Amino acid sequence: MTEPTRREQLDQEPTHHEEHIVSPKVYGLIFGALLIFTALTVGASYLELGIFNPIVAIAIAVTKAVLVILFFMHIKYSSRLTKLTVAAGFFTFLVLITMTMTDYISRAWGLW
Amino acid sequence: MSTATIVKLPPQETASLPKRSYLNSEYGLKSWLLTGDHKRIAILYLISITFFFFIGGAMAGLIRLELLTPQSDLMATDTYNKVFTMHGIIMVFLFLVPSVPATIGNFVIPIMVGAKDLAFPKVNLLSWYLYIVAGIFTISALVLGGVDTGWTFTTPLSTHYLNTHVITAGLGIFIAGFSSIFTGLNFIVTIHRMRAPGMTWFRLPLFCWSNYAASILMVLGTPVLAITLVLVILERAIGIGVFDPAKGGDPLLFQHLFWFYSHPAVYIMILPGMGVISEVISTFSRKRVFGYTAVAFSSVAIAVFGFFVWAHHMFIMGVSNYSALVFSLLTMLVAVPSAIKIFNWAATLYKGSITFETPMLYAFGFMGLFTIGGLTGVFLGSLGMDIHLTETYFIVAHFHFVMVGGMLMAFLSGIHFWWPKMTGRMYPEALSKLAALTTFIGFNLTFFPQFIVGYLGMPRRYAAYPPEFQVLNVLSTAGATVLGIGYLLPMLYLTWSLKYGKIAGSNPWQATGLEWQIQSPPLTENFIETPLVDHEAYDYEWLAHQTEHEVQTVG
Amino acid sequence: MDSHVIATQPVHDAHEAHAHAPYLRHHFETVEQQREASSFGMWLFLLTEIMFFGGLFTAYLIYRNWYYPAFVVGSHQLSIVLGTINTAVLICSSFTMAMGVYSAEMKRRKALVGWLLATIILGGVFLGIKADEYHEKWEKHHVPGLNFSVQDFTHPTDAEPALPLDMAQKTQVYFSLYFAMTGMHALHMVIGISILLVLVVKAWGGAYTAGHMTTIENFGLYWHFVDIVWIFLFPLLYLISRHQ
Repeated sequence: MTEPTRREQLDQEPTHHEEHIVSPKVYGLIFGALLIFTALTVGASYLELGIFNPIVAIAIAVTKAVLVILFFMHIKYSSRLTKLTVAAGFFTFLVLITMTMTDYISRAWGLW
Repeated sequence: MSTATIVKLPPQETASLPKRSYLNSEYGLKSWLLTGDHKRIAILYLISITFFFFIGGAMAGLIRLELLTPQSDLMATDTYNKVFTMHGIIMVFLFLVPSVPATIGNFVIPIMVGAKDLAFPKVNLLSWYLYIVAGIFTISALVLGGVDTGWTFTTPLSTHYLNTHVITAGLGIFIAGFSSIFTGLNFIVTIHRMRAPGMTWFRLPLFCWSNYAASILMVLGTPVLAITLVLVILERAIGIGVFDPAKGGDPLLFQHLFWFYSHPAVYIMILPGMGVISEVISTFSRKRVFGYTAVAFSSVAIAVFGFFVWAHHMFIMGVSNYSALVFSLLTMLVAVPSAIKIFNWAATLYKGSITFETPMLYAFGFMGLFTIGGLTGVFLGSLGMDIHLTETYFIVAHFHFVMVGGMLMAFLSGIHFWWPKMTGRMYPEALSKLAALTTFIGFNLTFFPQFIVGYLGMPRRYAAYPPEFQVLNVLSTAGATVLGIGYLLPMLYLTWSLKYGKIAGSNPWQATGLEWQIQSPPLTENFIETPLVDHEAYDYEWLAHQTEHEVQTVG
Repeated sequence: MDSHVIATQPVHDAHEAHAHAPYLRHHFETVEQQREASSFGMWLFLLTEIMFFGGLFTAYLIYRNWYYPAFVVGSHQLSIVLGTINTAVLICSSFTMAMGVYSAEMKRRKALVGWLLATIILGGVFLGIKADEYHEKWEKHHVPGLNFSVQDFTHPTDAEPALPLDMAQKTQVYFSLYFAMTGMHALHMVIGISILLVLVVKAWGGAYTAGHMTTIENFGLYWHFVDIVWIFLFPLLYLISRHQ
């Protein structure tokens, strides 16, 4: 039975990823998209969309954030572990919000 | 010797400490204060948390002395408030949270995974300095006149109604939080990235698993406490209106944010202790931990569930009934992974060759006391019982069973277990057994009466109480005295053993972890050559085989 | 089974091309291991930052639902022009930072220094505009705790609807959150710029263009994260029901 060398084991780790250089063209495209989305979100806030106003604003912000994370922060080219780390952060944030909201949503319902 | 023992020391006449080790590689204060060596940082941490433990312990002594009589006669009531607040702050943030991870964890985790150091040695040192700064802030709050919010900083009491040093203490905790974040971050990266060849995840000792789980909680939970304290400080200093009901804020939001950290913090404190117990139970029953995978994953499960249950600290504070129901149900879930651990440890003992060395005695103490503490937690997690029991001495007894009976026992168990590795010398066996026994008796005498007195209705955080509770309180104070002796003893004999203890040799317990296969005290670089791991954790047959082989080659 | 107590492997393994790179710290086996460990460590740190700001966002979510009218008028007190300019400035600075990372990867020392300087200037512009906005809030008595008056909301001088006194008081919650959130963000910017100043000096000396650029990469991650926080703060604070 042969044991893996340290190097082989490191290669199998989920932290492992090949270095990937993102080209300036991609950066430029993302940069343009971010500016366009900024204009869009300002414009959308002046439209009467009712309940959809905050939804559109959040959707655009999330899109922008995802673009930054994927390309400027190289997550698209990163290891599975790094992707999981980012996901864990947002998951825990959602836990904080949803579990807190269970209280705030139902507080006015009174006693059973 | 009449009792069975597995201790195997080198012949004392010829034995000597290794010529070169992390302790004598460099000399001078500077070589310690600027060190990047995880073992030296662990020692720095050990010294500092012991210092704060005894300050916090002195506070506890004052509390018990005041409660000897029903009247508030030893100190003024507001002084009493300050004393129990400082006791809580120091014990929680400056002792329990860093206790096992920052001392034992720092020392053994890199060795257990087969690395030369933690991934970020400088960050590790920074973590210790932050801890010291936090300690200075906390001590200044104490010296300048104290703080009397309770360790929970309840708003609007802390933001509007007190004229004590809330900001100083708050900053101290804020900084201590970052110290703990950096420790956790370092552990996670080290366990992911620094393992030796062949050291797969399921060959890791369970101590690594439980510290890994605790580290996740440190990294994800602590920042929420940090921002909450920032808001409290801003509200107190300049009067912004996030928690202030007069301006439209909700004091309950503070509780949500505070307990979002402080409930997982309980698991930050207990999980590393559980890791120690896994190591000790296995070593002294000569068996692989029963259900290794289940125990490993139960650590992670406790960490994950830990984020879903915080509002059970708030049942009587006016949270919605429906939400309380959800949190109560989820709270019951945490009992499952905790029980998995307890049952698996019990099953490990079954048909094992058990010996009763000091670490094992502490571990037995842990198992019994933690089980009682955990089960009373289930009482408190159920909605109806909680209304009767919360804010009484019942809850005080409950968390002291978990934190002192559980965590402190585990810490002492671990300190005794790894002491030969850290210093190269054995502690005195008979005296340490006496200390373990004293601690156990003192602990029960101190805290068991508090269950009863709490159930009868004595509220916590008051300097005076009705005279009919005096008998139980006197028992408790007497117990605290015994407990205090139980803690002073190790302090004394461990110091003594630094010079006069027997030479331990590399593996006095015949344990299987990688840390036991190198010299004690270890070299600065831990391993001369990178180890190659080809066996599971707790493989005693492998160890026996090794020992035989060693004898053959030497002889 | 191998029977050595701790079996060892040859120290010089076949592909140890970078083994003696000067920036490889002693406890790491390979350069990749070091690079991936520090990148992972940085991401874990950003995880804590998510939760740090997460607490503020949670508070925002709850109070916005409770005191929506107060949040609307509060939001209308902010200058949308300055807010939009600042968003654009910060996105530009993220772009220059990304280009800085690219220059380091390409080992172009002067380009790296240039892009970093551009990032510093853009960060400074952002903070300048922010300071101007804070100053305006102070003059209008919109700083809760220190200098606050509900006058503008109970008796508005512009087209805004007047709020009943009770709800007008709640604008303090909005402004508290505004200052807490943008203040924490600005603090991160100040820290970022301070680190950048050090990095520029080191980059000029060629520290990051000789093959080892983890520091620049990790700082880039931090800077982009601060940008992302603003990407959320902008619509949440500036753009509440602008159509009303």
